[in-house]
Amino acid sequence: MAEFLVAAAAFLLITVAAGLVRILQGPTAADRMMAAQLLGTGGIAVVLLLAAAAERPAAVDVALVLALLAAFAAVAFVKGATSSGSGDPELPEDDRG
Amino acid sequence: MRLALDLFTVLAVSAGAFFFLAGTVGLLRFPDVLTRLHALTKADNLGLGLIVLGLLPRAEGPLAALKLLAVWLFALLAAATVAQLVARVALRRNGRSPGGSAAG
Amino acid sequence: MNGAWLLLDLVLVPMILAAALCAVGARAQFTGIVFYIVYGLLLALAWVRLGAENVALAEAAIGAGLTGVLLLGALARLPAAAPAEPGADGSPGTALRLAAAILCAALALGLGAAVLALPEPAPGLADVAAAHLPATGLGNPVTAVLLVWRGYDTLLEVVVLLLALLGVWSLTPDPLWGGVPGPRHRTRPEGVLVFLGRVLPPAGLLVGAHVFWAGADRPGGAFQAGTILAAVWLLAIMAGLTDAPAVRGLALRLVLVGGPAVFLGVGLAGLATAGAFLGYPPDFVKPLVVLVEAALTLSIAVTLGLLVAGAPERPPR
Repeated sequence: MAEFLVAAAAFLLITVAAGLVRILQGPTAADRMMAAQLLGTGGIAVVLLLAAAAERPAAVDVALVLALLAAFAAVAFVKGATSSGSGDPELPEDDRG
Repeated sequence: MRLALDLFTVLAVSAGAFFFLAGTVGLLRFPDVLTRLHALTKADNLGLGLIVLGLLPRAEGPLAALKLLAVWLFALLAAATVAQLVARVALRRNGRSPGGSAAG
Repeated sequence: MNGAWLLLDLVLVPMILAAALCAVGARAQFTGIVFYIVYGLLLALAWVRLGAENVALAEAAIGAGLTGVLLLGALARLPAAAPAEPGADGSPGTALRLAAAILCAALALGLGAAVLALPEPAPGLADVAAAHLPATGLGNPVTAVLLVWRGYDTLLEVVVLLLALLGVWSLTPDPLWGGVPGPRHRTRPEGVLVFLGRVLPPAGLLVGAHVFWAGADRPGGAFQAGTILAAVWLLAIMAGLTDAPAVRGLALRLVLVGGPAVFLGVGLAGLATAGAFLGYPPDFVKPLVVLVEAALTLSIAVTLGLLVAGAPERPPR
């Protein structure tokens, strides 16, 4: 069973590695950010699979932290994309982009 | 029983891996930012959910299972909000590459 | 058993190298930052693969939580037309680049040779640490090393963090001294950012407390927990739900020095109770370590949060 879980983790890694290509290609900043998001979600899944395969429950805490903080980089990105750097893309007055 | 649970794990994890693959294909093949965003945030979180589901029978107890579910819930929350916010940014830029230092 | 793990390593290691190369070599700063964020994530995976959950937790919290916010925030403040082209004003010429590349390659080769030349099993104090772990009452050998056996290092580390914060504050323009770091963030009142800023910090407090408490017996500890708390604090600030504090506040400064002060106090008390600086009386090792870690968690959280927030930009209220 452990081999299957590790093999599944390796498969997932190969899958999300394709996201690296999207970060290189873009073309927009949003594309690059979302590709990093894909690697983040995939990374969480890989950690969970490895934790189960190696029977190291402490590794689940790593996945917990990764999931909790998964939105942070993207939040900083959308903040930086507003005209003032401290606005909200949902605010009309920031719509000068 | 053990065999049935193992079979369940294999099936759910495989299905989860399939959705990750689908998300990646979408990320690479879809024509514009918004469709790519759509492919990603839905497919990979469904994949993560299926993998969590598959690992539940192997959790050490109810608390460990709860932690696994919490991982998925956090990831869902992040994906939903990030998709919304990044889509706003992408819409505003109207498809062109962001100006200034953020340019690719 | 080994086949699947080998396959995983064969995928993971090239990915780490590729992400690192792209982070360094990317022409646009934004692309480099995204690769660097991904690089941190992959490193966390590598630490999990090696069974080093303590390090993986720290890498996950710092890499996923703080580094991205710090670098993207810095990028947003750079002038839009920052020179990125090689050769432009003052950037190193070909000879200097070549010399740097040769030196780096030599260093990498030397390190590789040193690792390969290590005897098998590698010499270390792991066995000694494991043998003496029961005497501390702690279950996590990493916490025992950091706070009991090598307390000096950890004490100096938290002082260095504090000094780094002073360094950032020293960039404050005179009229704003003691003021509020960063801009006041505005958000749409019932928008998505506000929603995230309301939902995540309580969950982050819970996870942070869990990681701190687990640290005594399982992977976790003050640095990891403090980083998580700092990250959710910054999120609440970015969501406009709260403002960064004015750095001249007395309460704030007490929290900042609280961790190192408690650590130092316990260490000095060790002179009387255990006969050595940073020693613990044998029956009270675990409670004292937990006390020090609690104070450190708060101090580290506030220090890291303020480090990312930067130098004061607005006058004190």
